[in-house]
Amino acid sequence: MPRCERLIDMGRRQFLRGSAIAAAGAAAAVSVPSGAQEVRTQAAMARVEYPSIRLANIADLTINRPLEVAFPDDDAPGVLLKLGSRVEGGTGPDEDIVGFSTTCPHKGFPLLYNADDRTLNCRNHYSRFDCEAGGQQIWGHAAQNLPQYALRIDENGDIYAEGVDELLYGRLSNVL
Amino acid sequence: MAYKRQIDRLPIIPADATKHNVVCHYCIVGCGYHAYSWPVNRQGGVAPSTNVFGADLSRQQPPDTAAWYAPSMYNIVKQDGKDVHIVIKPDDACIVNSGLGSARGARMAEMSYSRARTTQQQRLTDPLVWRYGQMQPTSWDDALDLVARVTARIVAEKGEDALFVSAFDHGGAGGGYENTWGTGKLYFGAMKIKNIRIHNRPAYNSEVHGTRDMGVGELNNCYEDAELADTIMVVGANPLETQTNYFLNHWVPNVRGFSLDKKNEQLAGEAHDRGRIIIVDPRRTVTVAACEAEAGPENVLHLQINSGTDLALFNALFTEIADQGWVDQDFIDRSTTSEAGAGDGSDPAWPAVLTSFIAARAGNRMTVEEAAEITGLSPDDIRKAARWIAQPKQGGARRRTMFAYEKGLIWGNDNYRTNGALVNIALATGNVGRPGGGVVRLGGHQEGYVRPSDAHVGRPAAYVDRLLIDGQGGVHHVWGCDHYKTTLNASEFMRVYKQRTDKVKDAMNAVRYGDREAMVDAIVTAINDGGLFAVDVDIVPTKIGEACHVVLPAATAGEMNLTSMNGERRMRLTERYMDPPGQAMPDCLIAARIANRMQRILTDLGKADIAANFDGFDWKTEEDAFTDGYNATAKGGEHVTYDRLRAMGTNGFQEPAVGFENGRIVGTQRLYADGKFGTEDGKARFMYAEWRGLEAPGKQKQRDSYAFLINNGRANLVWQSAYLDVDNDFVMDRWPFPFIEMHPNDMAKVGVKKGDLVEVYNDAGSTQAMAYPTPSARPGETFMLFAFPTGVQGNVVNAGTNELGIPNYKQTWGNIRKIADAPASVAHLSFKSKEYNAT
Repeated sequence: MPRCERLIDMGRRQFLRGSAIAAAGAAAAVSVPSGAQEVRTQAAMARVEYPSIRLANIADLTINRPLEVAFPDDDAPGVLLKLGSRVEGGTGPDEDIVGFSTTCPHKGFPLLYNADDRTLNCRNHYSRFDCEAGGQQIWGHAAQNLPQYALRIDENGDIYAEGVDELLYGRLSNVL
Repeated sequence: MAYKRQIDRLPIIPADATKHNVVCHYCIVGCGYHAYSWPVNRQGGVAPSTNVFGADLSRQQPPDTAAWYAPSMYNIVKQDGKDVHIVIKPDDACIVNSGLGSARGARMAEMSYSRARTTQQQRLTDPLVWRYGQMQPTSWDDALDLVARVTARIVAEKGEDALFVSAFDHGGAGGGYENTWGTGKLYFGAMKIKNIRIHNRPAYNSEVHGTRDMGVGELNNCYEDAELADTIMVVGANPLETQTNYFLNHWVPNVRGFSLDKKNEQLAGEAHDRGRIIIVDPRRTVTVAACEAEAGPENVLHLQINSGTDLALFNALFTEIADQGWVDQDFIDRSTTSEAGAGDGSDPAWPAVLTSFIAARAGNRMTVEEAAEITGLSPDDIRKAARWIAQPKQGGARRRTMFAYEKGLIWGNDNYRTNGALVNIALATGNVGRPGGGVVRLGGHQEGYVRPSDAHVGRPAAYVDRLLIDGQGGVHHVWGCDHYKTTLNASEFMRVYKQRTDKVKDAMNAVRYGDREAMVDAIVTAINDGGLFAVDVDIVPTKIGEACHVVLPAATAGEMNLTSMNGERRMRLTERYMDPPGQAMPDCLIAARIANRMQRILTDLGKADIAANFDGFDWKTEEDAFTDGYNATAKGGEHVTYDRLRAMGTNGFQEPAVGFENGRIVGTQRLYADGKFGTEDGKARFMYAEWRGLEAPGKQKQRDSYAFLINNGRANLVWQSAYLDVDNDFVMDRWPFPFIEMHPNDMAKVGVKKGDLVEVYNDAGSTQAMAYPTPSARPGETFMLFAFPTGVQGNVVNAGTNELGIPNYKQTWGNIRKIADAPASVAHLSFKSKEYNAT
């Protein structure tokens, strides 16, 4: 199943009430580091240096269908969206392409995309973020809005993420 | 674009950081936090041995980790005069919140005074006095001298009734046992001030006289009861938004069915299931939506009553439960009075008769059909609620039902009787003092009340705002209150208050500041001419402070050691973890220094007898005030000291303390577990509480005259009157203006689009708000953010109160018209539904 299908499917499965915490726990297990790995550090600088990572090509995007991505590394899940109409901060020829972290900045649970109102939602604590308003928390418990990607699109339509505008949950440096 | 901090890295807490116990100083839940601090030129590292978590921070941490903090939890503050890094993060081991941080508490660090990072630069740093036509900084000596000279002169010449006081009476920031005692000893000990009011209401009264008169203190259960209840009935409250982590950490597990193991273990021998919830609220809230998402609509009963009709519903439930034979007769016989009460409820001090079960049942009789007519509910839903509350469980065990209520009831129609009618149901079903029960207010602030007796204030207490409007009082001391934002009839109050205080300002402008004798004479002359001399003690500049002549800077929680208790009476000490800004001092010490000055000046005025009343204010620290107040006078206070509280950490103990054993203070999990209540004979009272329509003056006329209900309340991002939030970019970016939720059809009717500024107006006044389209709102029923500085809802709340002076903010009706298109600060906002939707 393509990754974008999985994300929508997770949303559909929310009727499994009461299973929210167990499901989130399983998702968490994926990103728990294995102790054997060696500690990594980044040279100190005023801001972290982000990699420029190709996330997709414009041709991969369908209006209002989320494409699962990760940035700045595989442990930091996110989403690319083509919204279909111009938004502030949107990129691409139609200024409608945006990218967000899908880890809730409140407690780190995965956010699910609701295509009906173009929001990302946390099923653990009900926080909601507006993908058409720069990830503004519509209502919720986070003390920050949703981290959004700085995107660049080259002449071939390849979409690169090159920065994040808020601290990602679960790391004290966005680039580990 | 939405506000972003552009922070992508934070300093790491080193392994040897200093750690202080902190209780969130905002809402009553009182979540446990720790403040970690370390020198500004040091930092921890990602290797487990170099950070306080012992975690490999070079890796992504999992959800719900303790090893992460948000930028809002970080700052650089002064500690003993030196800059230190500080992180204030939720405590996983605190049983109140289990590591959860709300959108309020998780900003405590960012909401601290920091010159290094320019946060909360609005904080008051120096005493200010009206000098040369504006507020100017001065020394404590100078400011206190002016306050004490004017106050002493007015008290000596006109008596204590000419000194008006507005003062907090709660815990958390702007309160706590130290500071309620400090102010209490000054105004109720050294003096007997009668014209005093509390921060959110115009008199010195209880918000819950009804339940107290029945012998049932309003905070009588423990938070775990929400996990053990078969049914939770919540009235006029939105706990996901306003008691966030109590709801998330103790209610949600029950409605999810996750607390079944705990039920089976603690309450063996009876049937258990996931909890059900009954929500009484005219508005569909995020709490309703979350409960439906977790428990399924079949386990959630939202009783969407007509605004102000709670009493009719409760009397019908009481009648139905009694008629079905579902009462707890043993409990009624053992723990409640059998004597019918005297009087007829016409005495304003006692707005209802306290009586027996039998008399209350006869007097309050209301059929389900009658109540359906009044409340707008279906008879089936009322009967269903009665079953969920009281029908015995499979196997015959009594149903355990917890009743919780807050401002929808407290600031609602007929406060006294409605409060009593709800407690009637809890008493009739034996749900007080037992696991899974309780009939409790959910609370706003934490509590922290210890004061000398207030009996001299009388009952009903003076309606202080009205007296001020009528020209009474010569000096007004204001402690952590901002009537301009948090009172009723606010337009009129502001108009008159400005006139009266301006009169004194004009008089002061005519005198050389350094000529103290002439200055005091000029002020007194202006007072005699109807002027008012006003002193504001606060941590930030306030709206009412703009009218004042002296402003005194106070310290807040964490800048001083501060004790409070939460909604299950859990008492903790927040340790001092940073310096107060500039010359700011704890309120208790400000009160003490005022007392010291008053004593000297009264002695100089030849009033040695009055001066002697001001003995006993030689405190040097807040701990001195605590020892003098709580330790010496509170129930069980002799067991409680700072050292002992420090050792009890963020879990503390539940008041009242009953002993000290094995190095721990022994507390009380639930009140009335022995079946003895807070009356002289230990028997609880029922209340004869007949329905009488909209009770407060002017309400029915308003309802008949205007198109929209202007319901009002809180938003989860905003604490109280936004006194700190107003200087927080994250909050003010989301809510530059107070929202008013309106049904889209209503918006079309008055011709407004999302984000447009509207005027809300009626016979009491007018105010402004920002239209927020809300399809789930009932047509004709709006909901406006309360107490917000850029649009004060209290402007349109009329002056009517109940007999005991409790305001009726919720039942407000007005018209709405467009002022302007959405301003620039609104253009980027999301106006989507706040409701989480699981489908």
